[in-house]
Amino acid sequence: MKDLNPKLLKNGEAIPLESVATLDFDDFSDCLLAEVRKQGRVVACFGVPAAGEGSELELFALVARDRNACVAVYRTRIGERFPSLTPNCPQMHFFEREIAEQYGVVPEGHPWLKPLRFHNAWRPGADAWGRPADQHPRSGEMEFYRVDGEGVHEVAVGPVHAGIIEPGHFRFQCYGEKVMHLEISLGYQHRGIERMLQNGPHPATMAQMETIAGDTSIGHGLAHCQVLEALSGCEVPAKAQSIRALALELERLANHVGDIGALAGDVGFLPTFSYCGRLRGDYLNLTAALCGSRFGRGLVRPGGVLFDLDPALAGEMLARLKGIEGNTMGALELFFDASSVLSRFEGRGRLSRSVAEDLGLVGVAAKACGVPRDSRFFHPTGVYRHLFDDLITEETGDAMARARMRSREITVSIELLRRIGTTLPEGPIRAPVGPLKGDALAIALVEGWRGEVVHVGLTGGDGRLRRYKIVDPSFHNWSGLAMAMRDEQISDFPLCNKSFNLSYCGFDL
Amino acid sequence: MLQIIRERWRQGFRTGEFPKEEPLMPPRFRGLPLFKQECPPGCDRVCETLCPSSACKQVDGRMVLDLGRCLFCADCPACPHGGITFGNNYRLGARQRQDLLYSGGEYPLAQPLEPARLKLFGRSFKLRQVSAGGCNGCEADCNVLGTLVFDLGRFGIQFVASPRHADGLLLTGPVTENMRSAVLDTYEAMPAPKIVIAVGACGINGGPFSHSSEVSQGLDSLLPVDLYVPGCPPHPYTILDGLLRLLDRR
Repeated sequence: MKDLNPKLLKNGEAIPLESVATLDFDDFSDCLLAEVRKQGRVVACFGVPAAGEGSELELFALVARDRNACVAVYRTRIGERFPSLTPNCPQMHFFEREIAEQYGVVPEGHPWLKPLRFHNAWRPGADAWGRPADQHPRSGEMEFYRVDGEGVHEVAVGPVHAGIIEPGHFRFQCYGEKVMHLEISLGYQHRGIERMLQNGPHPATMAQMETIAGDTSIGHGLAHCQVLEALSGCEVPAKAQSIRALALELERLANHVGDIGALAGDVGFLPTFSYCGRLRGDYLNLTAALCGSRFGRGLVRPGGVLFDLDPALAGEMLARLKGIEGNTMGALELFFDASSVLSRFEGRGRLSRSVAEDLGLVGVAAKACGVPRDSRFFHPTGVYRHLFDDLITEETGDAMARARMRSREITVSIELLRRIGTTLPEGPIRAPVGPLKGDALAIALVEGWRGEVVHVGLTGGDGRLRRYKIVDPSFHNWSGLAMAMRDEQISDFPLCNKSFNLSYCGFDL
Repeated sequence: MLQIIRERWRQGFRTGEFPKEEPLMPPRFRGLPLFKQECPPGCDRVCETLCPSSACKQVDGRMVLDLGRCLFCADCPACPHGGITFGNNYRLGARQRQDLLYSGGEYPLAQPLEPARLKLFGRSFKLRQVSAGGCNGCEADCNVLGTLVFDLGRFGIQFVASPRHADGLLLTGPVTENMRSAVLDTYEAMPAPKIVIAVGACGINGGPFSHSSEVSQGLDSLLPVDLYVPGCPPHPYTILDGLLRLLDRR
C-alpha cells in the first residue's frame, strides 16, 4: 500500500478542502481499513455531489485517532456503484446504507443493504432499490432477516409502542422465549434535517439543531456552534466555554438520573423509580434557572452563550445542587444495594468488547464494555482541556455495567459542576461570528450524555454549507442493542432497551 | 427494608400544591409574549421575514404572533424595535387554532369541553400518546406529568398503552410522512367520542421543521384538534394547565 499521509484535523478545527487529497477508491479503501485495524474508528462518512456536471459523488470519511487527539480525513470519488467496505469493516454498515439511500448509489457486496430512514433519494430519479421516484417510500417496507423452522416464530413490535416513547419497529426471530435475532427498522421520525441544511445555515437552523434529539439539545446545539465557530475562525470567550460545559454536564445528569429511575421502573423497584423521576426534573430545573428552558433551548449560540451566569446565580445553583446530590446518592444507593435489582440486571444484554469495537459503539454503551470512548478525554475543547481526567470504564458489558457507568458518571459530573461553578472566569459571554470560510471542512466532537455527537460542516465557494453531516451516538449504538439481544429472553427486551436508551429522532434526523 | 424506609423518610413528600397554588416559574422562563408598544409608523414589517418560524405578522399596525408557530426563542430576532419579550405566564393552552394568534391583552385560555363530552371524561380521562417526529422534548414533558411532583393520576388523567383504552390522542411531533398512517390508525382505533390534543409547536404547525417536505403542516390538517398546547417544548405545567382547563378543573 502506498504511504498516504492523510490530512489531520483536531476537534473544533477547520481545514481548507484543497488540503485533502482525492484518492483512488482502492487507496481510500486500503487507508480506511488500515486505520480501523490500528484502533481508528469511523466517526463520519458521507457523500456530497461533486462540483460541476456529471453524477459523480465525492465521498468523505473521517476517522478518529483517539490516542493522538486528531481525526484523519480521507476523500475519494465514486460513480453509481462502489465496492462495499462493510464486509471488512462492520462499523461502516449504516454509513453505506445511508449513502445509498441519500444518493441512489449502490455499495456492492453490502451484506444487508436496506433502506435506513425510508425517504426519497436526494437526487431525482436515483434509487438504490429501484423504487418509484414519484411516491414516498413506505416506512418499514423492506425484507427482514428471517429464521424459519419448527418452533421458530416472529414477533413484530411498533412503530407505536405502549408508553410515551418515540416510534420504531423491532422484529424479533424467536425460538420459544429465546431471541435468536433482532432487526431494528427506524426512520419513522425522519424530518429531513440534513437536507434542510443545504445552503445553510438558515434562520431556523439553530432551532433544528436543538431538536435533532431534544434530550440532547445542548450536545447537538454545541456541536453545531463549534462547527460554525471553526469555519468562521471565531474564538469563544472563556466564560462562555465554562457555561457551555456546565450545561452539558447538567444535561448528562438529568438524563443519567432519569435513566436509572426508568431502569428501576422496568424491574418494578419503585423507590428509586419514584425518586429519580423527580430528581431528573430537579436537574432540568437547574438548567431552566440558567436559561429559562428545562432542555437548555436558547442557551448555546454561535460565538458563545446567550445567558450569563453571575457569581450570585452560580452560588444559588451550587447550593441547590448540594441538596439534589444528597437525594440522588440516596436513590442510587438503594438501587445498587437491592439484591432483587442486581439479580435482574447482572448478565442481561451482554456485549463483548470486540463486538463493541467492531461496531464502533460510543458513549455509555462502549464504556460499559471496557472500550475507552469519551471525547471529553480524547478530544477535549474548552474547559475540558484542564478539568476532565476521569475516564471511566466498566468491564462486564451487561445491563448492570451500563447502569453502573451512569451512576459513576453522575458522581463525576456533579464534581465537574462544582469545579466549573466555583472557577467561573470573568469576561464576555459571546464573541462575534464572521462569515464562514469557503471551501472548508470542520468537525466538532461533543460528548453528549449518550456518547459522542459528531457534526461535520463542508462549505462551498460561497461560504454556505454544501453538506452538513450529523452523527448522533445512537447511529452507532442501535446495532449494539440488536447484538445484545441475541440469546436473551424476549421478556428482557424492555430492560435491555432501557439500559441503552437510544434516540430514535437522533438516528432518523 | 429498613434502609428503604429510612430513605423514603429522607426523600420527603414532593407532590406540588398545583392547582391550588401557582407554580413558581424560573425568572428566565419564556411564557406568554409581551408586546411593548404598537408597531412604529412606517415599520417595513421586517418581523414577517426575520422570524425563523414565520410566526409574526403585522396587522393594522399591531404585531400578531402565532403562538402555534412561535418557538419562544431566547434571541427572538423578529422585532428590531425590541417590541417582543416573553413574560412568565405559563398558561397557554387554547381550544381554537385562531385563538393562538395573539396580539397582546387577555389570552383566550382553553374553555372546558362541551357538556356531553365533559360528563364522560371530566373525572376519568385516558390518553394515548403518540410521538410522530417529536424530538423527545414534548414527550419528556408529558412523561414527567406521571412523576410524583405533578402526579397526574390525582386528576383522573392517565396515559394508557392501547388506543382501545383511550379517550383521547395526545400527539407530539410534526407528523412525519413515515408516521402519518400510524397516527391515523391510532385515531381510528380509539372508541368514539374521542379527543385530540396537539402538544408543542411541531404538532400544531410543524415547528422548526415546517419547511420540510417530510412533515405535515400541523395536526389539524389531518384530524380535528380539541386542544392546542404551544411551546417548544411546553413546560409540564403548561400541558397540565391545558388538560385541567379542558376538563373544567381550573
